[in-house]
Amino acid sequence: MVSRENRRPEPNEEEIPLSRRMSIPVASLLQMCFHKRVEQPLKSPPAAAGAPVGRRIVLGMVGLGALGIIFGRTASQAVNSSVATAAPGLSGVLPGTGGFRIYTVTNGYPEYNVDKYRLTVTGLVSTPLSLSLADLTELPQTGMTKDFQCVTGWRVDDVPWSGVLLSDVLNAAGADLTAEALRFTSFDGAYTESLTMEQGLRPDVLVATTMFGQPITEEHGAPVRMYVAPMYGYKSIKWLSGIEVGEKVVPGYWEERGYAVDAWVGNSNGMTDEPIT
Amino acid sequence: MNQLPEPANILRFTAAERWTHRTLGILMGVLLITAAVLYLPGASAVIGYRPVMRNVHVIAGFLLPIPIIVACFFWAFRQDLRRLNRFSPNDWKWLRSRKRRNGEIPVGKFNAGQKLNSAFVLGSIIVLLATGLVMYFNRFFPDDVRTGSTFVHDWLALLVAIATAGHMWMAYGDATARKGMLTGSVPVEWAEKEHGEWANEVAGETTQQSR
Repeated sequence: MVSRENRRPEPNEEEIPLSRRMSIPVASLLQMCFHKRVEQPLKSPPAAAGAPVGRRIVLGMVGLGALGIIFGRTASQAVNSSVATAAPGLSGVLPGTGGFRIYTVTNGYPEYNVDKYRLTVTGLVSTPLSLSLADLTELPQTGMTKDFQCVTGWRVDDVPWSGVLLSDVLNAAGADLTAEALRFTSFDGAYTESLTMEQGLRPDVLVATTMFGQPITEEHGAPVRMYVAPMYGYKSIKWLSGIEVGEKVVPGYWEERGYAVDAWVGNSNGMTDEPIT
Repeated sequence: MNQLPEPANILRFTAAERWTHRTLGILMGVLLITAAVLYLPGASAVIGYRPVMRNVHVIAGFLLPIPIIVACFFWAFRQDLRRLNRFSPNDWKWLRSRKRRNGEIPVGKFNAGQKLNSAFVLGSIIVLLATGLVMYFNRFFPDDVRTGSTFVHDWLALLVAIATAGHMWMAYGDATARKGMLTGSVPVEWAEKEHGEWANEVAGETTQQSR
């Protein structure tokens, strides 16, 4: 096979725009670097023919994208709830359906055993506790239906929660209520959270054992998680394993990474979300 | 002048076009995989490592427009953009035809499917980048804009994943097309069947020059 010589089209010099004259040698150079075969030069396409459909598609998508940003909040609620109603199984595959996004900071979901699970309450308490799930169900039960707001922008309206108020757990352990701080740990081995004692005694701070009337599912922090209603979701630590009463607030996992320690919805992290009441 | 033998291969893509495609493809792959791990509950459960995935995703996202911007400095890529933009009457015919693959409708260097795909991908990159910036710098945006951007980003990403799967499926079915993107050149016969108008264009130039 006779390979052809590398010929460049040679129209009049003044017809070639400067940018093209500059790019041809660069392209040839790159080709020499990456490719040994001698190639014919590429030909310029014939004069523009036909409608610029490509440009219309790109501009149309930019327009649709802008509309989506403006009306997306309404649309996403409609889509999420209709997918959740029409095909509940899909919410495991499609993004954001069911409203919740699942975040973990470790590899996968931590494993646990329902029978061996214990929630420890330690620190400045008169009786340190190690509560099994059965122990938790014997404490006074409280339910509430409130929104869950993530600091990344999504919000799930009217989630039914139930469990034991944190204040009831603290009282059961005889916690020193004049202590300053509470520290929460997760059996995922990495996540931690904090509250002040004053925040922890609020009637909307729950050691949750159910969501939507069902035991908490694995991705939502089974078997026990916190639900700190008035604060952004990262305060509601999942896979809860320990509560420690102390003198000083120790910033939690995300708080060490720049998020607010007092994470009031709508009044922290530079956000203006509607507070959860 | 002596008759020159017909070249068996013709140049389809210069190194600039191939490297643009390659880098975009790699970045897109990284973005889709990390996106799956970040947002699909099933994948998050198996793989996790959320902070790592998030950083990789954000960095790959910021890098994504760079190959396109760099490519715009290359003449061959700009010519491709011109070709991809315009829909000839044959493109519409090709798109409507059921037997579009039999080579009877001569289309240019890119067929209508490739044109639609490239326009969709470019539009998607712009929208995903814009909404991604809102999500990344979320503290500077009001709640509605953040939620709207997240919504657009998620669902458009899903469409891009489907389009990418389709693109890879078509490439899987055509080894010559893959070779064209890998080495830059394709056999004349393939060009005549799949991109008849373009093959004529290239042949026209050859004849002219060998006169």
